[in-house]
Amino acid sequence: MPLQVELVAADRSVWSGEATLVRARTVDGEIGIMAGHEPLLAVLAEGEVSVTGTGGGTTVHVDGGFFSVDSDTVTIVAETVREGTGRAAEDR
Amino acid sequence: MAGQLRAYRRQIRSVQATKKITRAMELIAASRIIKAQANVRASTPYARALTRAVSAAASNASLDHPLITEKPQVRRAAVLLLSSDRGLAGAYSSSVLREGERLTAALRAEGKEVSPYLVGRKAASFYRFRRRDVTAEWAGFTDSPRYEHAKEIGERLVADFGREAAEGGVDEIHVVYTHFVSMVTQEPRVIRLLPLEVVEGAGEQDGELMPLYSFEPSPEAVLDALLPQYVNSRVYNCLLQAAASELAARQRAMKSATDNADELIKSLTRLANNARQADITQEITEIVGGADALSSAGSRA
Repeated sequence: MPLQVELVAADRSVWSGEATLVRARTVDGEIGIMAGHEPLLAVLAEGEVSVTGTGGGTTVHVDGGFFSVDSDTVTIVAETVREGTGRAAEDR
Repeated sequence: MAGQLRAYRRQIRSVQATKKITRAMELIAASRIIKAQANVRASTPYARALTRAVSAAASNASLDHPLITEKPQVRRAAVLLLSSDRGLAGAYSSSVLREGERLTAALRAEGKEVSPYLVGRKAASFYRFRRRDVTAEWAGFTDSPRYEHAKEIGERLVADFGREAAEGGVDEIHVVYTHFVSMVTQEPRVIRLLPLEVVEGAGEQDGELMPLYSFEPSPEAVLDALLPQYVNSRVYNCLLQAAASELAARQRAMKSATDNADELIKSLTRLANNARQADITQEITEIVGGADALSSAGSRA
């Protein structure tokens, strides 16, 4: 069962859909979330969040914020979200 | 007599020009309300996620975070007033200011000092005219606030809240804004922004239980990071509500101005017609009178 991902900025909803993997950088280090992860509430560090969607994903740059995981629903919340970064292009 | 007719015509033209302006302002406000309402809707997912996370973290962390704890002695209270930058919005700004005055008086009666934080030029000029001290003011974005504005205000408020009253800090923060109920109803409201009132389990809906989150790095650190964001989001929501209310108030005010211009034009046109008819009647009377005088003079001769 895929993850339901919602990526929201303060003034808009940036991306939402199904995904197999969410990678993010928390204040403790990088973390990857796949389906069946335990409920988690983590503080994000400034950096990239990448979502590997079932039909195409997205990579964005956030300036902090947090994300929550519970029963295969991932909500990533950041005050400002910048889409499409140079780093993302290199990664692929 | 012809001079009177000209005066009426000039008045009609000037009212027509004013009517065009108020009509344009009405249409602009009407189209921007839709956008303002869309902004309110667009910010809801963020506010909902944040509220949920805050109540999850608060129920796991010990509740002695400075932003939640009531201070034992409140010496100074901050009042954040959200008014508009421009007038021509009916009673919008004045009703916010009146509510602010009422709150200020109530706080003073409780023996608290009040430091005003103002948003919008109308509030700033209200305070300046009365030569009152203002702690901080922001202006220039009241009809289309962006998140950065809310962040700036929120950070300033949290910073002042963190300081001791003796150093110019405040012990509680109230916000006066106009709540957008519908297109026809907007009401001024007062909310207490800080210390926050975190209702545990506010994120639970329909008996759905809060999952047992694990926190990274720790519940306290998560709460620490979330609360300032939560404050910013509350401020943002108030700004958006106020913007939608301002536009609705302006639209209504401009609509009644346009209607009034129509009425004025109608009654002025009647008066002008009257004056024209009076002119014609007088001319006819003069001509008839003149012809009568001539013919009677001719028959006598």
